[in-house]
Amino acid sequence: MLRSLQLESEKCTGCLQCEMACSYENEGVFNPSKSRIKVFTFHEEGRFAPYTCSQCAEAWCLHACPVDAITINPGTGAKDVSEDVCVGCKVCTIACPFGTVNYNADSGKVIKCDLCGGDPACVEACPTEAITYVDASNAGMDRMRAHAAQTIKS
Amino acid sequence: MHHVIVGSGPAGVVAAETLKTHQKDARVTILNNEDAPPYSRMAIPYYLIDQIEENGTHLRKNKDHYSSIGIDLINGELSAIDLASKTLLLNDSTNKSLQYDKLLLATGSSPNIPKIQGIETEGVSSCWTLADARYLLNKIKKGDDVVLMGAGFIGCIILEALVKSGANLTVVEMEDRMVPRMMNDDAGGMIKDWCLSKGVVIHTGTRVEEIEKLDSGKLGLKLSDGKILEANLAVSATGVSPNTGFLKKEQLKVGQGILVNRSMQTSDPDVFAAGDVAEGLDFSTGEYSIQAIQPTAVDHARVAAKNMIQLGSVEHQGSINMNVLDTLGLISCSFGAWAGVKDGEQVSLINKDRFKYFNLQFEDDLLVGATSIGMTQHVGVLRGLIQSRIRLGDWKDRLLKDPTRLMEAYLSSTQALGFNSKVFA
Ligand SMILES: Cc1cc2nc3c(=O)[nH]c(=O)nc-3n(C[C@H](O)[C@H](O)[C@H](O)COP(=O)(O)OP(=O)(O)OC[C@H]3O[C@@H](n4cnc5c(N)ncnc54)[C@H](O)[C@@H]3O)c2cc1C
Repeated sequence: MLRSLQLESEKCTGCLQCEMACSYENEGVFNPSKSRIKVFTFHEEGRFAPYTCSQCAEAWCLHACPVDAITINPGTGAKDVSEDVCVGCKVCTIACPFGTVNYNADSGKVIKCDLCGGDPACVEACPTEAITYVDASNAGMDRMRAHAAQTIKS
Repeated sequence: MHHVIVGSGPAGVVAAETLKTHQKDARVTILNNEDAPPYSRMAIPYYLIDQIEENGTHLRKNKDHYSSIGIDLINGELSAIDLASKTLLLNDSTNKSLQYDKLLLATGSSPNIPKIQGIETEGVSSCWTLADARYLLNKIKKGDDVVLMGAGFIGCIILEALVKSGANLTVVEMEDRMVPRMMNDDAGGMIKDWCLSKGVVIHTGTRVEEIEKLDSGKLGLKLSDGKILEANLAVSATGVSPNTGFLKKEQLKVGQGILVNRSMQTSDPDVFAAGDVAEGLDFSTGEYSIQAIQPTAVDHARVAAKNMIQLGSVEHQGSINMNVLDTLGLISCSFGAWAGVKDGEQVSLINKDRFKYFNLQFEDDLLVGATSIGMTQHVGVLRGLIQSRIRLGDWKDRLLKDPTRLMEAYLSSTQALGFNSKVFA
């Protein structure tokens, strides 16, 4: 059964543990700017929203890639970037309408969430269960969509 | 059902795969006229700087990919079509012909050869095909003087590769700024300043008028301002034109490229066109034009293939014109109606010293276009906001005051986190 990241902004306290865990797991450094999950702050309301790739079915990034560097991981359903194949052209970064594929100037390649191969570090790091890894067909996902529509709208 | 696809670039390959996915029992043939397996021109710059081998440019890495999914990839070049008998005539010694039920023309475009004396001189080349790239890779030596004619989108992409391969580069561009069809004055000017600061010599508002071989063995390029440039190599990137040479006059409706409707169908009901050769619907203008970019070629291909299987099954919603450029480390993007629309509003942030630029264009409370320089995080939301036509409401005024609040505006305006999938190909 495929699972997805469920992001519940109302539970997020903005502690950035997820960003730390993500950058450490994937880049070997504690550096939020290298994180594939990002917590955005709504300054006026003092609210936070964790945000990352939803592994969308349309897979804009995958279709835009000129060299077949993005593939669907059969185990997790994630759209994985193969570092060896990626040439760093950045077309996926403009093609993804969610803005969740980003260019990493240090490596000259793009990075995006790959669900850590099925054991997402951000989930483990989140102290408030604002990020959970749930059954993709779970009703919670639908609730999250509906809910987010209300809570995120200002 | 036999689908024949002419051209094995991204449009041809994606169309073939889409056909096979949705109509397993159909026969699908791709005609490839190049001396390599299907590849992406976009990867050429990375091949030029030795970052990848030639096979790194291939669209699909597994040699048996095409046969393994039942696609016949054959070598040959289309020379003429007989629409009445649905026959393709191939340009080879055997005078082979091919029958089709549905035909997709995905023949792309070819570089314009500037009409100047001496353009055929050895040492002058375009940079469009893998064959061109092999020639250039072989030819450029570290420290060579190289002249690049044309600083449009493709010119600017090659620019980086030429500099990285060790050339002393001089750029000659006819128009008054760099990337004139992708960047506004401010942004184009900033890219130019950046290149100058990296030691590239740039002549804008200038053209090469004549090329000759000098006694020294070098090329002499005479400029419109009277100067003469000496160079070991000259690369021309002065625009491209669609490949339609196989069409007889008025065989299909052709404007700049082959005209298609929202099913990517041409004026002949069994013939479709996709990619650089087709004048497809532009999302922003509502008009038909050639965008000549890879994402659009892929959009076209998927829509065309589905309509080849069942006409009317999908309607092309219009492709958004979008580009990303890395000019010696300076990353710039433009999206949609970046030059603005009539009665629209806009906001710009510019920091010349730090080479940062951000411009948003609005119509009502919709984002319709954007330009950025020096931004690499979450740029895709610009496409998302433009193409999903999400109403920004109050956020428009906040963005006019402070465009850096883009992500807040995006997250607040989209239906739900990460689920604003109202963008269609
Ligand atoms: C150096 C370079 C860098 C680029 N970088 C970018 C970029 O960063 N972003 C971007 O969006 N775009 C970029 N492009 C443009 C992009 O490559 C094209 O938009 C894309 O290739 C279009 O795909 P296509 O399938 O329509 O055409 P093509 O890729 O041109 O493929 C068409 C194929 O049809 C073949 N053909 C033509 N006539 C016939 C015939 N009569 N019979 C049989 N076959 C025929 C051609 O030889 C070719 O193989 C770049 C192009 C170049 C050259």
